[in-house]
Order: sequence, then structure tokens, then C-alpha cells
Amino acid sequence: MGKILKQIRYTPAKIERGYSNKSLYINVGDLRIEEKEVTEFMKEKFVGGKGFDLWYLWNAVTPETRWDSPENEIVMSVGPLGGITQYSGTGKTLVCAISPLTGIPIDSNAGGYFGPLLKFAGWDALELQGKAEKDLIIFIDGNEGLISIEEGEEYPEDTHLLAEELTARFAGSEEDKVHVSVVSSGSAARHVLMGMLNFSFYDPRRKTVRVKQAARGGLGTILRDKHIKALVVKFKGIKPNLNNPADIAAINRIGVKYHKEMHDLDEKQNGMRKIGTANTILVMNKYDLLPTRNFQTGGDPDAVKISPEVFINQYLTQGLHDGCWYGCTMSCAKAADHFKLLTGPYAGQCVTVDGPEYECAAGLGSNLGIFDPQAILEQNFYCDTYGIDLISYATTVAFIMECYEREQIRPEHTGGLDLRFGNATASLELLHQMSRGEGFGVLAGLGIRRLKQVFVERFGADPKLLEDIGMENKGLEYSEYLHKESLAQQGGFALTNKGPQHDEAWLIFMDMVNNQIPTFEDKAYALYYYPMFRTWFGLCGLCKLPWNDIVPADNYKTDTPAKVPEHVQNYVDIFNAVTGKKIDQDELIRQSERVYNFQRVFNIRMGSGLRKHDKAPYRSLGPVTAEEYLSRQERYDKQLRELQGLDPAVMSLDEKIAATRAYREKQFELLTDAVYKRRGWTEDGVPTPEHLKEIGMDLPMLLEVVEKHL
Amino acid sequence: MKVLAHKQEICTGCRECELACSQAFFKTDDRLKSAIRINNNFNTFHATMCTQCGECIDMCTAHAIYRDKNGVVRIDKKKCVGCLGCVGFCSELSMFYSDDQLVPFKCIACSICVKACPENALEILVSKA
Repeated sequence: MGKILKQIRYTPAKIERGYSNKSLYINVGDLRIEEKEVTEFMKEKFVGGKGFDLWYLWNAVTPETRWDSPENEIVMSVGPLGGITQYSGTGKTLVCAISPLTGIPIDSNAGGYFGPLLKFAGWDALELQGKAEKDLIIFIDGNEGLISIEEGEEYPEDTHLLAEELTARFAGSEEDKVHVSVVSSGSAARHVLMGMLNFSFYDPRRKTVRVKQAARGGLGTILRDKHIKALVVKFKGIKPNLNNPADIAAINRIGVKYHKEMHDLDEKQNGMRKIGTANTILVMNKYDLLPTRNFQTGGDPDAVKISPEVFINQYLTQGLHDGCWYGCTMSCAKAADHFKLLTGPYAGQCVTVDGPEYECAAGLGSNLGIFDPQAILEQNFYCDTYGIDLISYATTVAFIMECYEREQIRPEHTGGLDLRFGNATASLELLHQMSRGEGFGVLAGLGIRRLKQVFVERFGADPKLLEDIGMENKGLEYSEYLHKESLAQQGGFALTNKGPQHDEAWLIFMDMVNNQIPTFEDKAYALYYYPMFRTWFGLCGLCKLPWNDIVPADNYKTDTPAKVPEHVQNYVDIFNAVTGKKIDQDELIRQSERVYNFQRVFNIRMGSGLRKHDKAPYRSLGPVTAEEYLSRQERYDKQLRELQGLDPAVMSLDEKIAATRAYREKQFELLTDAVYKRRGWTEDGVPTPEHLKEIGMDLPMLLEVVEKHL
Repeated sequence: MKVLAHKQEICTGCRECELACSQAFFKTDDRLKSAIRINNNFNTFHATMCTQCGECIDMCTAHAIYRDKNGVVRIDKKKCVGCLGCVGFCSELSMFYSDDQLVPFKCIACSICVKACPENALEILVSKA
């Protein structure tokens, strides 16, 4: 146990209708610990979760703040519905900060028990500001009403060791381990910009600490830059009424109905309880959506080697509850137990690997040309314990591998690492370098936006090619879906607040497979409705998967099956049952719109958030190279004929690629116009004062920012 | 294993068992707080109660359900977080809840209803399984 540097006692606030109405501020630089009031204004305009995070963050920073400025904050909040136990997916913690990768606010969310336990310890939100000189552990005991800050130098850095040790220490007994949750990163987070946060929960059946990640945007890098080694919260006594809801009977009724649906239908639908999100690997492959070798193609015959059945039969421990918060009967948080590591500092040891989730199998698998489940799980483990966002890592390494194969970078630049597609050994060594802070790994950890500049300026790479194939937007790496044939999803990735991440909009099937949104107006509406609807989960502390990874048996009969109307109504009813308010489905969207537009204006305030920042790399929109075009020649030729009235038979390959590009880039611009209009923004992507007024966000602080861009 | 069994052919549907159960566990004459429910289907009486199959044990998200030394499936009220997942997942529809209780409830084969049944239509079966 390290030396106690500061310790205070507090009286945990009673939760009233989902809110403790208090937030906790900790400055790790001067060790100030303060309590703040959560105001009615905050609840009205920002609801909670990501809304509270962004509000506090705005007030903490200036336009000059950079990710490593002491005033940058990590803010986390679970939201008013967070911590209820009767409905699936109610334990998400939302985390915001100014991102090292993008320079604008990032929001990322994680399962695990931290957020709910934090709220039940009396805190709707937690702000972490300042920078310590030495590593710290922050501990919040919600039963005792105790906050302590102690030296943390002696603890290991990697999460699988650190979280296990801290859980054991602060629990005090095996039985109490489930009452402790740890937030930590890992040894690589000090060396890379894509460091992530692990949120733990104890799994009493496996007798080990499990972790879920707030992975995107470099939050772990900030945690370690602040010299915070870990946050620990302890709260014992979880019951279904801790939120002191207005109408617990309604929550019970909706919860039981939903659990029954899960019991009756999951096996017939997505099998989330059996395999989790990785169920989709072969589906994606079938529809040419599985990103392969840096998003060049949408699948590979070898994908069968990383099919769900391979993981189920050879690696995952099945048949057990695997939720990352109580009451989640979707239970998609799968794990491989007794997994023997073959490389790195823990080679030879048997560990539990959380996953693989779909993003992991696609990112660390097909997108790197690696079709080896052992290698995928080993990379998965090391990304987690080292504190590396595996999506940014995978997409960055995919970019590096393509640069390497196209001889834009050479062995002398990579320190001899033969970073060809498929070389799992090289990828694992890159991860170990990130942990050690050595070699090419540290450079790779900068992420694609900075690497493009380094490769061009220092290694003489072709800037145009790198702009085209580097799958980043706003500085954030794309998540793992090939989407060249879905214009709506191109917008779903690029026309986002934080950068290209599928949690704002996932429209590929609706757009490309089911053709439910054929016109620009349809797509624009989808890129209005879904990002707003999905934002709402982040305001309330909810997981999105229970919304549409299972649907009622008669969902197909509804007017809008893609929206899953019955589940939307569940959320409206649960919100009202917890908070005692009377929102409807329109007000739900409006609640999100307020925060979504706030975040957009926040981006503009930080020097981003305009049309030029929403530009997509051409690899996102269409075939960059001759090989890409030729691999799907029949499709692209047909499009030239049918969409442009051209005759591919009389065109050279270069002409066909150029004509395809011109058409697709134009389509993207037209889509952008339509989406901005639908969202109430100018042609440059700026929310208009009229729109801000209409949604009740004509706050002077926002108007001051947008008026400079009208 | 102990399990409550119901003889449909002699049950008259008087529902004394329900009252005995709710009185024993909740001190109330409220059939909605009974762990056995008698349903009238055209004057044939069907009983819904736990078969002690144990499917709920593995699915419990709080690891609060277990089988005791008599083979009876029990809920550890201290561990239970009241998620009601077991209610939705019970294939027999025999895990019950009440809005004024924080945890669900079920038949634990205690035999109170057996003694209360005027027709001897209920019995506790004991097997080694």
C-alpha cells in the first residue's frame, strides 16, 4: 500500500429519481477534492452521462487547451438510467476528454461496474483535472464515504495484473470482490496516443477480474499523462431500487418482458448469448463488408478460419452468464479462459482474454490479413493489458502494412520488422515495442494522421496515396466495417462529432443490403435520426446492443422495423419511470439533439467541426487502386453503365477508376449537403442560431462560437 | 431432490394452497404472492410451480441462485440484485416477483401448501437425482 497523500470523508448523497445531484471534482495536481451540485439546468439541457461530461469539459478547457494541458479533464458519468438492474445494458460509463488523436472532445463508453458503483457511491459524475508528478491511485468507498489518494508507484502497470491486485486489496475478501471496480490503462499508454481505459468487474465463476474498454480516442494516454495509475470504486449493496425511481413497477414490467424476449428469441436471431458480437464475422464476409487488408476488400476465403464456430469450439468458455453489468441477459461479454500466451513478457502464462468482439476479430484479423484465431486472441490480450485501443491499433497497422507492401516505407524505417499483411509475429512485436516504449512501435502509436506526415516528410512516401488509404477522419481511425458500397455509412462514419466510429450510425444493412433508404433525403433522415437516437444511450448510461441485436418477434410488421419501435418505447417508458418526467419519442430525440449540437459547437470552438473536417479518405468511398477496382470489376463496371451511362468497354482502367472516383466523391458531397440541411446546419456544417433556438440550446456561449462562422 | 407435485385429476381449484403460501412467506392473503398458482382451464386445474430444473442457476447475472443440499433451487436474497432475469428466463413461468419486493420468489418445496390442501392434491416427491 502506497503512502496516503490525501483523504477525506463525505456523506454519500441519496439517489433521487436516477440522480445523486452531486458530482466529484478531483485535481491530481494539487490534490483538491471538491463536491459540486448537479443543477436542474444540467439535467434539463444535458440529461447526464456524455451530456454532463461535455458540459464539465467545456467549462474546464479553452480553445488553446491541448490533450496534455493540465486543465484537460477526464470526465466520466453513468447517466440517470445507469445502474438499474431490471433491463439489459444499463451499466455504461461515458467518458470524455480532449483527445490526443483528434484535439477535440472524444466520447467513449465502457461496460464494467465502475459507473454504476460511482453513482451509488453518491456521484453523478467525476472530473479528473491537473497532473500529478508521480503515479497515484484514487479510491472511492461508497459505503464508508471515503475518498483517498495514495502513491501508486509500487503497483504494476499492465491491467491484468493491476486490476487483479487492486480488486483483491480493496475488496479484502473473495466475497467482496464483486463490489470493486477499477479503471486503469497499461504500460503502452505512456508511449502511444491511442491509449485506452479498462473498466473492470469481477467474475466470480471464473474467479478473475474481467475488463471492458472505453477505448476510443486516447483516454488512457491522458490518464497516464496525469500520472493516474488507477481509479478504484467500492460499493456493496446493489438492489433494483437504488436509483429511487418514480415507478419501479413499470421498470419491472418492461424488464421482465424484455428478458422473456431474450429467452425466447436470441437463439433464433443473433445468438448474442452464445458468441457475442463476433457472431457477425461470416455475415460481414458474405456481404463483402469484412474489412480485409486495410479496407481494400470486404472479405477473404480464409475468413472461415476465424469464424464464430472456431472461437466457440476452441477457445471461449460458453454457457455462463457473461454480462458486464447486472441484469444484462444479452450477456455478450465473452471470454477465453486458460489462454496460453506465446509471446511477450507473459509468454507461457495462461490468462483470461476478454473477447474476441467483432471489432477485434475483424481489426486484428482480416484487416491485417491475419486469419489465425490464436494470434487474434493474443493481440487482443496484449492490447487490453497494455492499454491500447485495438480499433485504432488495428486500423493503423493495416495502414502501415499497406504502406510497407506498396514500398512507401521499408525495413530500414520499421527497424527491420517485416510488416506485411498476415505477419502476426511482427504485429505482436509492435505491441510489445509500444509497451516498452521502443522502436517503430512508438512511431506507430501516433496513429494514422501523424504517421502520414512522418512517412511523407521523413520516408519520402507519396502523400496522395497516403491520404487516400489512411483510414482516419478528424484524426481518429475508422472502426472495422467495409462501407464503400454504402453511401449512408460513409456519412455515418465521416459526418460524426468525434470521428469515424460506428456507435453514431450503423446503416450498412439498412442502406446496402435491405435498400430501405434509397434517396438522399432518406439517407439524410437516417443520418439525423440514428445518430440522435444513439446519442441518447450515452446520455442515460445505456448500451446500444439490447436495442436492436434482438427484436420482438412481430417487429417486422411495424412501419419502421429498423427503428425497433417497441424497444424505443421501452426506453421512453423506462426513462419516465426512473426520472418521473414525461418524455415521448420526439423529446427523446430532442434531448440528444441538444447534446449533439453542443458537441458540434464544442468541436468548432476547438478549431474543428466544419465541413472540411468531415472529409472522408477515398478508401472509405471507393476503390483507390487498380487491384481494388479489378477485384470487384464487374460491380464497378456495372455502376459506370447504370449510374453514369458510360461504356466501360471503351475505357482504360485508369479512366474507369477516375470516373468512379469523381462520381462517388460527388455523391458524398451531395449527401453532406442533405445531412447538414436535415441537421439544421449551414453548408459549412455549423449549427445555425435558429436551429439552436429551436432545440433550446441558444446559449450565449454557443452563439458566440457559431456566429464567427456564419 | 425435493420437488412439489400436483395431482391435476383430484384438484378442485379451491386455491387454498395459494393462500397458505402467501401467508407463510409474505404474511398476506394475496395469491399474487404465492409461489404456486392454480389456473382454471375449463374446470381442469393446472398448477404452475417450480420443477427445480435449475436452468435459472447459470443464467443468474448476480450468481445468486443455487441448489441446496436437498436439491432445491434457492435464491440468496443478499446476493440477488432484483434484475428479474430469472423471471423472464423461467421456461415453466414459475419464478415470480412482486413490485413491493426487491427480489423474486419461487417454490422451495417447503410442503406448507401440501398440508393446506384439503383434497391431498399436492405432495412432495423426493428423489436421489
